[in-house]
Amino acid sequence: MTTFPLLAVLLPFVAAAAGLLLSRVPHRAPATVHPPDAPTGERANRRAAWIATVPTAASAVLAVLLAWGPGFAYFTGGDPTAHATGRTYGSIVTGGVPISLDLQADSLSSVLGVLVTVVALAVQVYSAGYLADDPRYPSYSAFVSLFTSAMLLVVYSGDLLVLYVGWEIMGICSYLLIGHWWEDRGNSRAAVKAFLVTRLGDVGFLFGIFVLGTAAGSFRIADVLARVPEMSAATLVTATMLLLAGVAGKSAQVPLHTWLPDAMAGPTPISALIHAATMVAAGIFVVARLFPAFAAAPPTLDVLAVMAALGMLGAALAALAQDDLKRVLAYSTVSQLAYMAGGLAAGSDRAAVFHLLTHGAFKALLFLCAGVVIHHVGSNLMSRMGGLRRELPITFVTMTIGFAALTGIPPSSGFFSKDGVLAAMESALSAGRLTDAAALLLYGCALATVAVTGAYAARAWLRTFFGRPRAVALAEPEPGTAHVVDVREGPRTMLVPVVVLAVPALLLGFAGEPHLDLGVAATAVVLTLLGAGAVYASWRLDPDADPARLLGPLRVPCERAFYVDTVYSALVVRPARALARLVVTADDKVVDGAVRGSGASARGLAGVLRLAQNGNVQLYVTGVLAGVLLIAVGAVVFT
Amino acid sequence: MMGWLPVALLAVPLLGALLLLVVPNVSRRALPAYGLVFSGVTFALGALMVATFDYGTAARIQFELDLPWIPGLGLRFHLGVDGVSLPLVALTALLTFLCFVYLGWGGGQAPDQLGFRPRALVFTLLVLEVGMIGTFLALDLLLFFVFFEIVLIPMYFLIGIWGGEGRRAASLKFILYTLLGSVVMLLGLLLVWAQTGTLDIVALSASHGAGMSRSVQILAFVAIGAGLAVKTPMWPLYTWLPDAHTEAPTVGSVLLAGVLLKMGTYGFARIAIPVLPEGAQAAAPWLGAFAVVGIVYGALACLAQRDLKRLIAYSSVGHMGFVLLGFATLTPVGVNGALFANVAHGLITGLLFFLAGAIKVRYGKADMPSMGGAMLATRPRLGALLTFAAIASLGLPGLAGFWGEMLALYGAFQPAAGLPRGLFLTYMVIGGLGAVLTAAYFVIMLSRVTHGHPATVAAGGALDERPVGDGGVPDERAVVPLDPPRSVAVLRPPRTRGEPAVDVDGHELLAWTPLVLLILLFGLWPGLLLSLTTPPVQTLLGALS
Repeated sequence: MTTFPLLAVLLPFVAAAAGLLLSRVPHRAPATVHPPDAPTGERANRRAAWIATVPTAASAVLAVLLAWGPGFAYFTGGDPTAHATGRTYGSIVTGGVPISLDLQADSLSSVLGVLVTVVALAVQVYSAGYLADDPRYPSYSAFVSLFTSAMLLVVYSGDLLVLYVGWEIMGICSYLLIGHWWEDRGNSRAAVKAFLVTRLGDVGFLFGIFVLGTAAGSFRIADVLARVPEMSAATLVTATMLLLAGVAGKSAQVPLHTWLPDAMAGPTPISALIHAATMVAAGIFVVARLFPAFAAAPPTLDVLAVMAALGMLGAALAALAQDDLKRVLAYSTVSQLAYMAGGLAAGSDRAAVFHLLTHGAFKALLFLCAGVVIHHVGSNLMSRMGGLRRELPITFVTMTIGFAALTGIPPSSGFFSKDGVLAAMESALSAGRLTDAAALLLYGCALATVAVTGAYAARAWLRTFFGRPRAVALAEPEPGTAHVVDVREGPRTMLVPVVVLAVPALLLGFAGEPHLDLGVAATAVVLTLLGAGAVYASWRLDPDADPARLLGPLRVPCERAFYVDTVYSALVVRPARALARLVVTADDKVVDGAVRGSGASARGLAGVLRLAQNGNVQLYVTGVLAGVLLIAVGAVVFT
Repeated sequence: MMGWLPVALLAVPLLGALLLLVVPNVSRRALPAYGLVFSGVTFALGALMVATFDYGTAARIQFELDLPWIPGLGLRFHLGVDGVSLPLVALTALLTFLCFVYLGWGGGQAPDQLGFRPRALVFTLLVLEVGMIGTFLALDLLLFFVFFEIVLIPMYFLIGIWGGEGRRAASLKFILYTLLGSVVMLLGLLLVWAQTGTLDIVALSASHGAGMSRSVQILAFVAIGAGLAVKTPMWPLYTWLPDAHTEAPTVGSVLLAGVLLKMGTYGFARIAIPVLPEGAQAAAPWLGAFAVVGIVYGALACLAQRDLKRLIAYSSVGHMGFVLLGFATLTPVGVNGALFANVAHGLITGLLFFLAGAIKVRYGKADMPSMGGAMLATRPRLGALLTFAAIASLGLPGLAGFWGEMLALYGAFQPAAGLPRGLFLTYMVIGGLGAVLTAAYFVIMLSRVTHGHPATVAAGGALDERPVGDGGVPDERAVVPLDPPRSVAVLRPPRTRGEPAVDVDGHELLAWTPLVLLILLFGLWPGLLLSLTTPPVQTLLGALS
């Protein structure tokens, strides 16, 4: 049992290595056996699918076994570290604070581990169908395995620096996977952006680890948390603020959220993986993991509350104006993550983590359903969809469950978890941990977001599945969209994960003893229905027009996500480029110029000296005589 | 006590070089095997040294050999290794061997192999190996200096004879610049000798600067440090480096980046800091300042490069900045990080230069815009290896590049007592931003070289830089197109001998795989190297920590 965390991390890692190394083997086999290329590629893909799926499934089993003992103990209170199982695999000397190789699963880690492995397994199975004829499927599935392994390392790590290793490997995996269709420069750029924006936050995260580790004299999470009461307020605020930079980057919080909508360039299953179970979940998880440190630093919680408040409402409004179905879901992820961040800021890590779990289930479901829709239509744009409920009945039902959970309609899982978060925010109004203004802003924005969430979910649902089917010419698919298939529903490998995920999306709310705050719950449901109702009314008036016109003059700013990208481009990207050009010029003109100048001046000086070395003996003798005379005069004068 | 091993490490390549002089008519066909055998034996001896090293006492000098050399001057032929020099000796033997594999495997007739003046090339490389290994083995100040200088001559010829179009100017700049640095260093070494009366590095570091006044120590540190900084290279003394790298042949670039730069940083760890602790303490803030300027400056220069080899050369300036920052902290953590980053940089940048050389052979040039991108489509393995090396170089945890730079930054977080902490915190933040910029230029390079639509390459090397934001969206691309190529990019047929353009050759794969494996090994298990360097570092820093 104590080796389960290690095994769970290692299995997908081995799968990744095997997938990368073995994927090319059939190409070396004698060509006489399999003359045409296509069957070989198919065979390679099928084998890669097995290599990827089986270890992930084994990891999922291990994660479930690890979670079996504590169960949902994390949500029922009690000490989260009480049930820790795991062990230490030695430590690495650094000359200073050592790095200890701990892998352990306490009640928080084990719950998250189940989420990660189950969603990853669903994504692997789904990808086998989604990318069945992609020649690069073997490397793709290997990177997904590596991604899973890295996230499990984050979840099970007992040491901050080991956690950071997994944290960064996820960054590079997201880069490789978002840029999977790198033929299109746009996808390549999206990958670069995702990597660099998160990396910027990660530098702060690393420094935060330095501060905590040095103050505690150890990088072990248990030791750090044990010493939190002894640390000074300044240390804690510095450390948590720095950690927050990394959290904002990974969990796509304002102001480092801009990579997430662009990350839609990746294949849809990757969007599900990144948005539901890994990467974005890591940030929220780390705050929950180190929650005692955050709770002891009220200024950080205030900042987190303001970030969350702005993020949730802004992203929800942006989601309302997008035409790309995946971008709607992406902004919805930013908004929902801000809910969790708000829950954390309000002081309830349990509510936030519960929402993380349910969100993982329903957002993975929504993305996988969106993938089926996109696969079917051959476009990401909702203006090309419509009336799909007849053609895709299974997807329609499952996606409806997903949207219900997203908006928080009872009895779906989202209803219970969102209620918990809202209740925490409401009680924060009077608890006094946050400053009054921050608490008020947070709660107000959260309630407004509930209504907007209802609106954008209703809009996406209506425009995808209802109304008139829009006939579109099926052109050769661009790289960046899935290949069009002509079956009515997607292949079974895609539908099975969707149906399986629909179960927790619907029912997970009843796990872990739901306790409802009736007043808050009723307010939320009424607000949701108001938002959805407004969109429905607008849609009824003219089913062909986009209900986003409700936004009026706000529509364009919302569609462009309030021009944050433009601001960054002006403030960061262009100055960096200009600076780089300046450096190259300076390098040539000043630094190397000085070197070349010294060379030239040496040569010039040599030219002057050469005048004296002209071989004229008379001149030399004159020089010697002059020298003797000078010495004689000097001797006379100075003695 | 196996004192013969260091001598053998020097004697075998020297013997190989001398035999070439004695037997001038070695068959051209036998030369690749000849070089492989001698560098292979040297590598085997290095491996034997790694295997028989006593890891329990890594701080002690092992395989020691101490003979009088020039008794009249008190010079001794003093060789030995400890945990600081062992990895570098092994790295040198490995990289030289891999260079010979790259040059000679499979007959040595492919482009970029032993083609032009092969006998002289084998001779030059073997002499170079003597100098490089000797530098890391020497435990006498003047012996160190002699080996340090021996290296310059073969490298000068390597660039000057087998280099690219601008080789003459580049090789001249290289040798004049580094010789000038060496002269200053020699003055510093002589100053130490004059003050203490001994040249023995072991004795000098054990006495931790006793017998030298503070001002003498500062003067000596600045002189020795300046000489080492030219070789490292430290900002702003690096300008020989980009030219030398751009013009050098592939093996020259690999050894230059993989080993020669390490000689400078090794000098800091072996001589400058332990022998002159007070001088180091006084100069450390300046060293740190130059280091972080180098990190950011190198990264910014890389952002605007169009030539792949030049980009990797400038990236070395940035990476060496991290190494120097680690030394400047004067803490065990920082120096450990510096030594780790040293070895990691040797492996990763060695691999990068191998790849850049292979790319240059295939495309006829290393100019990134005219390559047209899409390398992952046209040459998937080469593209994948380049991606791997670039990711390793940008410091991804789990690969070797991360640990050294992370520890250097951690060292700056808590510098040695007596150093201004606020200043070093600033250095840490600047270094961290430099790490982001490093990631930026590497992923942008990958985007330019490996991504893109292969179809446009077939159309005469035209670029896939079509405007993407054509839907009225302003251009917010992270990757801007560089200026279009000035001349029409005619993709030269890569193979002169009429063979088809292959992805990765056998001899290339053979030379690169060990580097890939070691990058993974040190990345996943950094303790291998850190447990080796920690005890000697703690001893060397004795007076400071």
